[in-house]
Amino acid sequence: MDSPLIPEGVKRCSPKVFFFWTLPWIGLLLWGGVAAVLCLWKGLNQTNMSNIFAFALWIVFDLGLIALGAGAFFTGFLTYIIGRKELKNIINAAVIIGFICYSGAVAMLGIDIGQPIRGWFIFWHANIHSMLVEVSFCITCYLGVLAVEFIPIILENRKIQEVKELRLFGHNLHEIMAVFAATGTFLSFFHQGSLGGMFGVMYARPFAARGGFYIWPWTFFLFILSAIAVGPCFTILCTRLTEAISRKKLVPDNAIQLLAKISAWLLSAYMVLKILDTLVWMYGSVPREGLTFMDFFRQGPYGVWMLVVEIIICGIIPAIILMIPNARKQQGWLITASLLACTGIVLNRFMFIIVTLAIPVMPFGRFWSYLPTWQEWGLSLAIIGYGILLFSLAYRYLPVFPKESELNPALETRAT
Amino acid sequence: MTPFSFEWQWNVEYFIFFGFLYLALTVVGCGLVFAGIKTALQLMGFMRERHF
Repeated sequence: MDSPLIPEGVKRCSPKVFFFWTLPWIGLLLWGGVAAVLCLWKGLNQTNMSNIFAFALWIVFDLGLIALGAGAFFTGFLTYIIGRKELKNIINAAVIIGFICYSGAVAMLGIDIGQPIRGWFIFWHANIHSMLVEVSFCITCYLGVLAVEFIPIILENRKIQEVKELRLFGHNLHEIMAVFAATGTFLSFFHQGSLGGMFGVMYARPFAARGGFYIWPWTFFLFILSAIAVGPCFTILCTRLTEAISRKKLVPDNAIQLLAKISAWLLSAYMVLKILDTLVWMYGSVPREGLTFMDFFRQGPYGVWMLVVEIIICGIIPAIILMIPNARKQQGWLITASLLACTGIVLNRFMFIIVTLAIPVMPFGRFWSYLPTWQEWGLSLAIIGYGILLFSLAYRYLPVFPKESELNPALETRAT
Repeated sequence: MTPFSFEWQWNVEYFIFFGFLYLALTVVGCGLVFAGIKTALQLMGFMRERHF
């Protein structure tokens, strides 16, 4: 039925099977849609956010998605600016994953701000001393850049290629992709940093506040480094997951191995700096505030174990696995390391958002806890549904993986 | 916000913040316009189509 739309020379499942595959993700989208309508209609009282937890599950998802989506700008930078040609086999997937992450994050923010109709205020009445304003500017602009980077991939659809105007426009956009990649790198660099910087300058909250260089707290640099270290791991994970589901080889090993190797070095550098930052914070910043490290974990569900899991299990261990060439060449170890690294980055963002707010800032204060409502879960999980749905559609109808037919000759011969 | 807005202040912070923002938007805009013009010229036969 939809075979004229499927890229030439590749095999895809039947429309019926594809329809059943999309059903759970459409279900998640519907759940999210109901939650979004309720939040827009009745207000943010549909959530468990409060004056204590002004940042909650949605912001954890947002920051997690933005960090994991960094694979798009970093892979684009390596491909178009540094000139690593082997990454051209994975750049389309990285761009689509980045677009999904950023569009999902912006959509979620649209509900999170309570009155999306006034969303433009942040651009027009900008408080330029706020790191969040810079983040908002850069995220929305970078989403635009990602959309521009996504356009040539969409225009490569078999049917669209028949329209000469669109085919030419797509090719011409593709030719100047380095310009968009450079702009994307610039925008990403600053919003990843400012997201971290925002926590580092919370001087009233010693759990998050850090020292720094000039106007930038150390968290500014740590957030950038962690995002570019883990973004490629997420791209590897998504690609390997697509390969497992489609039972095909989609990306040559040299592209995956290069990303894994770069990720290994960046993750190792990040872990060294993160450990140094944690030690300086524990033995320097915290005592200067008249506190001890254990004061942050006296009560409540969040304990030192989270820091141990973040730094050792989801930081040092994946860095070691990825640093060993023989280990990262094995599928199991590569996926384990990538999964751990991605979990670690989400846990890091969770700690900076939720744990920071849960810890009292006054001696008479108490530890707070927070549980999201079904509306909050619904909207968050809808982004996962949206992501899988969009990636599935892109994989089915667009030439996302340029080497697919070359890597699966037997299958594709049967298809043609 | 633009230099014509009520809240605009003529100082270095505003120049840097909005300067980089408008620079990024200009680069992206120019890229799109360039691709559009090149496509139009190719369609009209003034430029040759490059084959990949």
